[in-house]
Amino acid sequence: MEIFGVPSQALFGQLLLGLINGSFYAVLSLGLAVIFGLLHIINFMHGAQYMLGAFVAWMALQFLGINYWVALLAVPLAVGAFGIAIERLMLKRLAGLDPLYGLLLTFGLALMAEGIFRNLYGVSGQSYPAPEALQGGVNLGFMFLPLYRAWVVVAALGACAITWFLIERTQLGARLRAATEHAQLVQALGLNVPLMVTLTYGAGVALAAFAGVLAAPLTQVNPLMGSNLIIVVFAVVVIGGMGSILGSIVTGLSLGVIEGLTKVFYAEASAVVIFLVMALVLLLRPAGLFGKTA
Amino acid sequence: MKTSRIALAASLAITGTIAATAAQAQVSDNAVRIGVLTDMSGVYSDLAGPGAVVATKMAIDDFVAREKPAFKVELVSADHQNKADVASNKAREWIEKDKVDVLTELVTTSVALAVQKLVKEKDRIALISGAASTRITNEDCNENTVHWTYDTYAVANGTARAVVKQGSSKWFFLTADYAFGHSLEKDAAQVVTSNGGQVIGTARHPFPGSDFSSYLLKAQASGAQVIGLANAGGDTLNAIKQAAEFGVTPRQSLAGLLLFISDIHALGLKTAQGMYLTEGFYWDLNDQTRAWSKRFFEQHKRMPTMVQAGQYSAVMHYLQAVKATGSDAAGKVMAQMKKTKINDFFATDGYIREDGRMVHDMYLFKVKSPSDSRYAWDYYKPMQVIRADGAFQPLSASACPLVKK
Amino acid sequence: MKRWIYAALLVAALAAPFVVYPTFLMKVLCFALFASAFNLLLGHGGLLSFGHAAYFGSAGYFCAHVCKVWGWPPELGLLAATAAAAAMGWVFGLLAIRRSGIYFAMVTLALAQLVYFLALQLPFTGGENGLQGVPRGQLLGFIDLNDNLAMYYLVLAVFVGGFALIHRTIHSPFGQVLKAIRENEPRAISLGYAVDRYKLRVFVISAALAGLAGATKTLVFQLASLTDVHWHLSGEVVLMTLLGGLGTVWGPAVGAFTVVLLEDQLASTVGSWVTVIVGAVFVACVLLFRRGIVGELAHWRRRVALLPVHRRVARGTEPATEVAAEVAR
Repeated sequence: MEIFGVPSQALFGQLLLGLINGSFYAVLSLGLAVIFGLLHIINFMHGAQYMLGAFVAWMALQFLGINYWVALLAVPLAVGAFGIAIERLMLKRLAGLDPLYGLLLTFGLALMAEGIFRNLYGVSGQSYPAPEALQGGVNLGFMFLPLYRAWVVVAALGACAITWFLIERTQLGARLRAATEHAQLVQALGLNVPLMVTLTYGAGVALAAFAGVLAAPLTQVNPLMGSNLIIVVFAVVVIGGMGSILGSIVTGLSLGVIEGLTKVFYAEASAVVIFLVMALVLLLRPAGLFGKTA
Repeated sequence: MKTSRIALAASLAITGTIAATAAQAQVSDNAVRIGVLTDMSGVYSDLAGPGAVVATKMAIDDFVAREKPAFKVELVSADHQNKADVASNKAREWIEKDKVDVLTELVTTSVALAVQKLVKEKDRIALISGAASTRITNEDCNENTVHWTYDTYAVANGTARAVVKQGSSKWFFLTADYAFGHSLEKDAAQVVTSNGGQVIGTARHPFPGSDFSSYLLKAQASGAQVIGLANAGGDTLNAIKQAAEFGVTPRQSLAGLLLFISDIHALGLKTAQGMYLTEGFYWDLNDQTRAWSKRFFEQHKRMPTMVQAGQYSAVMHYLQAVKATGSDAAGKVMAQMKKTKINDFFATDGYIREDGRMVHDMYLFKVKSPSDSRYAWDYYKPMQVIRADGAFQPLSASACPLVKK
Repeated sequence: MKRWIYAALLVAALAAPFVVYPTFLMKVLCFALFASAFNLLLGHGGLLSFGHAAYFGSAGYFCAHVCKVWGWPPELGLLAATAAAAAMGWVFGLLAIRRSGIYFAMVTLALAQLVYFLALQLPFTGGENGLQGVPRGQLLGFIDLNDNLAMYYLVLAVFVGGFALIHRTIHSPFGQVLKAIRENEPRAISLGYAVDRYKLRVFVISAALAGLAGATKTLVFQLASLTDVHWHLSGEVVLMTLLGGLGTVWGPAVGAFTVVLLEDQLASTVGSWVTVIVGAVFVACVLLFRRGIVGELAHWRRRVALLPVHRRVARGTEPATEVAAEVAR
């Protein structure tokens, strides 16, 4: 059976791949959405932090023998701590200024991080093996699904669900959201707003690093892996609506599917289809699909 | 007595001519300046980059120590960041301001093409080691340029032909969607069809790509026996890795059309084993290559790629030509270079054709499995020597205006 | 006073190619014009465009095409390219100004990425090889631009012309309205100004001048390539403007000079550490140096000028409040 000239088997395979990639985009954009949505900081270092997650995981394996499962928890904490340091030492000084400066600062930091790793490790990249338990795959009939990719979907969507729940449905999340909307008021009520801001930034960075660890067995771990993805991630967050966690999750998934379909029908455009979508969305629905303010 | 007078006259005449020519043929400011313009920090820095600078330095040091020339030899290097305008800018500055005589390495086709045009305009020499496109010796050829180490035709030809002859005749191409990828695909497809094979499909991916799963899926569904990877660098590595992940290999085999030993080193033998590739040099081929490569390793801590080895060979040949003609004028040196054969650890009886192509033997290798590899960098099993005349595009098919047909 | 400074600078610029390598100077001038055009939009219009390289690069391709393939003389090539950039600016501007702030920036980025994709795919741009061997030609039919000196004076003239236009735009009623819009848009609207039309106009001017800079650069280097439309270049022009001084008149030019010099020197000496250093400069700039070079200089000049006033305040012969306001700026 053929759909639009493509055999249905192939189409299902591509759709599934699209969903897998989409869930990855979702968890990758999540950290950025958290940071912008709650803190109104445009974290251009997101791609570099994702790369750091992958590299620290690789270094942990190489030099300390730390396996994948431990790395999945430990690396985001480590990189998140680094994020907290950045926030404390640098971003705090820019509080109250035009968000442009936050963007430029993080852009500069991203250049530095990538440059340093490029010098240390070159650009050919390092191999990071998938953990034993997740090697191999299962034959679904219309395609062969590697176990690791199935795991990526589970882990990514799990992280998204937990994050969304924490922010939208718990008291902690409510306090956080209140603090970012009326910082002085909430501080007057006794909550330590600067600390919350710092920890939130750290959490966003930790999410980026988590995506990095997830990505390490998928592609070569190389210093440029973040900068290749950063504008895509931004596009996802902007389309989803920059204040919305749910928006970036849904957009990430949809984008994966759209990209997958584009690869089937007109592969050359698959890198640019997201920008087309972004331009369209911004013109028709300025605040993004799920955004709150225009 | 008459003979002796004739002899005297003759010897005087000869001495006079030599003296006169020596006075005309001079190395400008008594110094030869070699510029190494390469990618120091980007995607090609491992296969060329700082290693190419090391190779050039080795060539200069060896030359000076052995030949003790009357002129000085200086080295300048810069990072072109794979950008044609940065490269063109730097090359122009080197030529106009710093009196650089020869521009070398020039990995990345757009860089090579830009500099090639510049040296023609300014009458200098370009020795291209890293760039791949056959355009350099076809539409864009000129008398001031030599394409030394390899090109897309040579690598595609070697690998594609060997694989088809092995019995894998149905091909699917995974191509990087830009000029280099297209050219590699075209060259390989021609070899496949002219050897009785068939190209059943192509997938073009954006450059650079990172996720090839959907193209690999297409390739899987096509029923091809071989997937030709018409891309390079990180794209090839990721494609190979993901092919293993999705169970594409080992049922279908992969042919990396442009692979270097630095790529195999990054991939690891476990993932890369069994792949065919064609290169112009391998450090472990014979005693000569081993001796040179060990010296290189001491300085660079990595075994040389063919680009780095070719760089040494090109610079050495150039310097010898300068010494032989006593001049660094582009025309004279180039004529000398084209007149002499190249016999070193890199090439045996290599020579430069009128289209600027340096013709030498290429080698077909198969990547060893981890169990067969006995020591560090023991990656390749030599399968076949592709003789120089059959390795490169024949002059009869050339689009170069300098080639008389 | 100011006129003397401008005259002195002009004389220095006319004499410069005899002292400094002219191609370097030409590169600086092209980028100085680009950064000044960008600053017109950001520093004076308050609109951050993330995709300004689109105009710079497209004009470059356009000029390369008309000069190389159609054989047009350079002056027509420059004019045509500038017109093309202005047209592109008009279309993109119409689309972008409907949003503001970060959304505006994102729309410009998206549009610039589309331009990049087109530049990569369309056959006439030469893909990643770019358009090479663009002839410099004969200006007005008889001045041979292959002579570096002649080319330099043309580039200088282009820069002076473009800069004068920017200067005039800023110090004009139009520029004043822009300032009002930048500082308080709702009030400007309530005063009856057609805000969108002003924004569009400054967008078009900025795009056109960026295009002029790009086309000139193409003629200098005889090459138009993908780097000219890549978003890294858009980021670099932001750096130049920030480093030099956002919102100042000379800031972007100073910033352009500094960045070009830095990258030039670093490429030969430090090679692979360039990115790290540029990043560090960005960071330092944003944290410590937000006014940029020119901004900081102006700030110090004002503080020094107010020194006697400080002393009077200390002695009690001058009311403190006005001084505080002055110095704080």
